Amino acid sequence: MGAYLQPDTLDEALGILAREPVTIAAGCTDLFAATESQSLNGTVLDVTRIEGLRRIAKDATGWRIGAASTWSDVIAADLPPAFDMLKQAAREVGSVQIQNAGTVAGNICNASPAADGVPPLLSLDAHVEIGAKGGPREVPLAEFLTAPRATVLMPGEMVTAIRIPDVSDKGESRFSKLGARKYLVISIVMVAARLHVQDGFVRDIALSVGACGPVATRLAALEEALRGTPLAGLPDRLQPDLIASALTPITDMRASDEYRREAAVHLLRRVLDDLTLMRSPV
Amino acid sequence: MKDAVDAKLIVNGVEAGVEIAPGRRLSQALREDLGLRGTKVGCDAGDCGACTVLIDGSPVCACLTPAAQAVGRDVRTVESFENGVLDNLQQSFLRHGAAQCGICTPGMLVAASALLTRKPVPTRTEVEDALGGVLCRCTGYAKIVTAVMEAGLAPEPVEAPMAGQAVGAAIERLDGVPKVAGREQFGADMIREGMLAVRAIRSPHESTGFTLGDIAAWAAERGVEVFTAADIPGENRFSVIPAFRDQPALAVSHARMRGEAIALVAGEPEVIEALNLVDFPVTWVPEVSLGDPDQAEVGDAPRMHEDREGNILIRGLVQRGDAEAALRSATHVAEFAMETGYVEHAYIEPEAGIAWMEDDVLVIRACTQAPVMDRDDTALVLGLPPERVRIIPAAAGGGFGSKLDLSLQPLIGLVTLKTGRPARMIYTRRESMSSTTKRHPARMRARAGIDAKGRIAGFEFDGQFNTGAYASWGPTVAVRVPVHASGPYFMGDYRARSRAVHTNGPVSGAFRGFGVPQAAILQETLFDDLAIKARIDRLQFRKLNALKDGEPTVCGQELSGVGIADCLESLTPHWDEALARAAVINAQKGRVRRGVGVASCWYGCGNTALPNPSTIRAGLRSDGTLWLHQGATDIGQGANTVIAQIFADALGVPVGRIGLIGGDTALTPDCGKTSASRQTFITGKAAQLAGAALRAQLLAMTNMGEGATLSLDEGRVCVTDGTRDTAIELANLQVQPDGYVISAEESYDPPTGALDENGQGAPYAVYGYGAQIAELDVDIELGTVKVVRMVAAHDLGRVINPMLAEGQIEGGIAQGLGLALMEEYIPGRTENLHDYLIPTFGDMPEIQSILIERPDPEGPFGAKGLGEHVLIPTAPAILNAIRHACGARLKRVPALPHRVLAAIREAGEIGG
Ligand SMILES: Cc1cc2nc3c(=O)[nH]c(=O)nc-3n(C[C@H](O)[C@H](O)[C@H](O)COP(=O)(O)OP(=O)(O)OC[C@H]3O[C@@H](n4cnc5c(N)ncnc54)[C@H](O)[C@@H]3O)c2cc1C
Ligand code: FES
Ligand code: FES
Repeated sequence: MGAYLQPDTLDEALGILAREPVTIAAGCTDLFAATESQSLNGTVLDVTRIEGLRRIAKDATGWRIGAASTWSDVIAADLPPAFDMLKQAAREVGSVQIQNAGTVAGNICNASPAADGVPPLLSLDAHVEIGAKGGPREVPLAEFLTAPRATVLMPGEMVTAIRIPDVSDKGESRFSKLGARKYLVISIVMVAARLHVQDGFVRDIALSVGACGPVATRLAALEEALRGTPLAGLPDRLQPDLIASALTPITDMRASDEYRREAAVHLLRRVLDDLTLMRSPV
Repeated sequence: MKDAVDAKLIVNGVEAGVEIAPGRRLSQALREDLGLRGTKVGCDAGDCGACTVLIDGSPVCACLTPAAQAVGRDVRTVESFENGVLDNLQQSFLRHGAAQCGICTPGMLVAASALLTRKPVPTRTEVEDALGGVLCRCTGYAKIVTAVMEAGLAPEPVEAPMAGQAVGAAIERLDGVPKVAGREQFGADMIREGMLAVRAIRSPHESTGFTLGDIAAWAAERGVEVFTAADIPGENRFSVIPAFRDQPALAVSHARMRGEAIALVAGEPEVIEALNLVDFPVTWVPEVSLGDPDQAEVGDAPRMHEDREGNILIRGLVQRGDAEAALRSATHVAEFAMETGYVEHAYIEPEAGIAWMEDDVLVIRACTQAPVMDRDDTALVLGLPPERVRIIPAAAGGGFGSKLDLSLQPLIGLVTLKTGRPARMIYTRRESMSSTTKRHPARMRARAGIDAKGRIAGFEFDGQFNTGAYASWGPTVAVRVPVHASGPYFMGDYRARSRAVHTNGPVSGAFRGFGVPQAAILQETLFDDLAIKARIDRLQFRKLNALKDGEPTVCGQELSGVGIADCLESLTPHWDEALARAAVINAQKGRVRRGVGVASCWYGCGNTALPNPSTIRAGLRSDGTLWLHQGATDIGQGANTVIAQIFADALGVPVGRIGLIGGDTALTPDCGKTSASRQTFITGKAAQLAGAALRAQLLAMTNMGEGATLSLDEGRVCVTDGTRDTAIELANLQVQPDGYVISAEESYDPPTGALDENGQGAPYAVYGYGAQIAELDVDIELGTVKVVRMVAAHDLGRVINPMLAEGQIEGGIAQGLGLALMEEYIPGRTENLHDYLIPTFGDMPEIQSILIERPDPEGPFGAKGLGEHVLIPTAPAILNAIRHACGARLKRVPALPHRVLAAIREAGEIGG
């Protein structure tokens, strides 16, 4: 069994990362679930006691979700309505036990195609802040995730935060997850939508779909088609072909590819129904 | 920075005396390093929540928490609840019957305590959200929700039932306190000085030859011992049915299924825990596997077992009259084929146990449903006479049929026998799911006809049951299915055939209902086809055809106490209301459609056409204490309580005066296995006879008449008939070798008869009956199904304990709902509790139980069995409701959303 390192500061952590290969551990909800071993193997770098890493706050350029922030921290945080979809996703991650330990950063680093955090973060134009001894870098989330279980993280690097730019914390948002049972369920399909309305027109819209391809995806073409259109009748203008063409779902024991494609359209229409209704004068 | 140092935990306010490796699972640290075994482990993956503990007040899964993350923080486990007395929440669990087997209870209590701290009187939704991460396989959750919601409310005072009034009283489980205290000792919870830990090497292939390399060198290098088939001293072949012994404890040179054990590694616990088994010296030579029964049945398929032609284990047949001719002249005929998959028992406790030597007796304390069968089969494998093996059933964390078969008993037995040291083994979740039995996958076709009046005229059923690699309970399924495939209906012209076919899949064994739930899925949905064709109300159709007293069954048996008509009748008002609600909802033609469905069940209690006696012993000691030797294994269903209630009333003393002994093959006479819904009926009857025999002795000794009243005092039994009082001074009586001054032992074996070549005869002495209504919503765009309400009417003959009976119904419905909507075991792919889905708190409907009492002349106080019946109607009622909602006629279960959507499409336009 290797060493178990629990640094107090980011500098120490980055120093360790530069020195030796380690397994980065946060909430360990993915790490321990993936092994039958009774201990984490190899050298472990536990990031949960790094000062300042478990904080969700706003600064001059936008929002910052520290890498040790848990799903429960997201639920408890005071955030604008654009983050409602992230909070909804947080409430549907596993169970309360999982939400209390699992981190948002761990969710994206684990890079599961069914990671519930990814669609809402994509719809918030999230960037991933990466720390390394040589200095930090920032990568858009869409580029951070490259394939199932793969990211652009290099040896010696760790995620220090997830950043949401100022311009993207606008509007209202909704998340919807389809699973075969209520709690503790891996998504068959999930969608996250953020809608920014101005004077009855769609000023900005961000739509993402997860579990319908190797990584979750934004529906750029559809968004483009909807931007600037009137709010009234928005859900009816969802073009199924623009959704289907962006998705590459697989058939597995949870559902068929065809089903996933269809369900994504229904879920998107429903979240948009919901968001439109909310904005329409009663 | 704290680096790599072992650190001390503070648990329940106390600093732990030992240092703990920082990267170790907190669950393991608590249980094995600190000895706090109240925290349970069901999966090591966050999926079951049994390991829930509080860290600084927040619930987390201890199995996912590295010990280092708990250092310096306030860790609270279930052990913190109890300070000598149960707290309100624990009492509420006991009072409401919220713990059945009790393995999930510690996790439930801990998760609930975090909620109750915030919200002393929570709402239903709050309870569900807070406890949603803890799975329960026994209760169906309803009583847990109520227990948490009402934990803060003062309980209504209840009086303990007086002498003669135990039967029918909703008393708390007699074995409940340790369960809600977190003190219950399950298979994994006992340790012994100097014990070895044992792990198994298992086949990764469905069908494979193998050769072992230099095991001695491998073992020596690691300081462990390896045992293989060559070490087995006895006959390396077992089976629950002796005539079909075909399963090796350790495979010899060929494994017939994934997960089959081929070798054992034993050693010091810390060595074994850290051991990496991937470099174990074995070479696998995978062979062509027979994955599908259709493929296994064809003429030239390789034979899996020498003597089983066509890979057919056994065929079953029941026929009466001339089904074919009757179908030819029927007014309406419906025909359909359906398929079901493997279903996993998914009890929260993976198999576990410990073995040790006591003089020359090998003692095994492990989870089981059949201690005497375990003893005999383990003795056979290990080459010992049965009296040199003693089985002490550990508290079982659920069983549902799978713990009838041997699992680790011969394995730990072998290690202890060879080394002389205690040996403990705890299956991983994957090991449990891949190596133990499943519900038989079925492919069934049936044809049924009715005459112009809607009476059944001809029924044909043919079912192929995939029995997997070994026999297990395959023969029972093949025999039970044709007897029950008619459902509880009268039909004169009937033919049902079944066959159990071997494949290289998991062993199919016993699972609540022995194949009858699968058959009912087809028969009950086919009845809806007929009712719809004939335009008869679907409930009315069932009433019209319901079996009545004196009408012959499909086996030609004439029964009395047939309660199915009563069950259906009691559902009528609920049916009408549900249909009315559905009509209102569906008139809106929205995307959510309401459906209502009904289905019935019947089920014979006890072994099919075979003897299966139970024996109960009881005695009085000279100090006036009364002891009941109760060998019927309580796997959560409540035998300890129900058998004692029956005994108490037969004897005529308050149930609270009874002390329970057992089960333990050294202390309790054989009560048979806990299966086939037989314990309340058969062991209950033995208890009734034993109670009556003891009473007769006491009355004879005092020369009192039958109506006299008994009471137990310190050292004496007082007897009064209202005019005369007398007492037996127990101290004056001779103490017998068994320690009792007065005792009684009685056996009961139900009167059954062998079936002839057409399956005619009297296979069971007692049947139980039931019918359920499912009311649900189908989202016709997504194909998702949400069951809203179930009304379940079950005829128990006599309700011994209404609270436990309701608990069985709710738990059975949960399993039936899983079977209908989400459960499908796929070997190699769903060997965990996140890919294999069972219902959670949020998936359960509101359940209303209606308990019907149509006494059976044979059962104790008129009682019938219930345990398996409750699951049978649920899935077909749900399927019938889905079709009512949206027209979708499912061809296979589970009705996953994509299958429902496809079936909606196939059915065409949805009606209004
Ligand atoms: C029972 C159960 C239910 C679940 N349900 C859901 C669900 O519904 N939806 C869902 O999306 N997920 C679910 N998950 C998955 C998991 O809980 C989430 O992905 C969680 O957010 C992971 O966070 P963590 O902190 O526990 O990650 P960890 O397990 O600690 O780490 C996950 C991976 O990320 C890496 N990592 C962590 N932090 C960093 C960092 N700062 N920099 C670089 N690498 C890092 C680790 O090395 C590891 O490879 C579930 C898990 C379990 C066990
Ligand atoms: S043992 Fe921890 S969740 Fe199952
Ligand atoms: S009582 Fe919950 S799992 Fe048995």
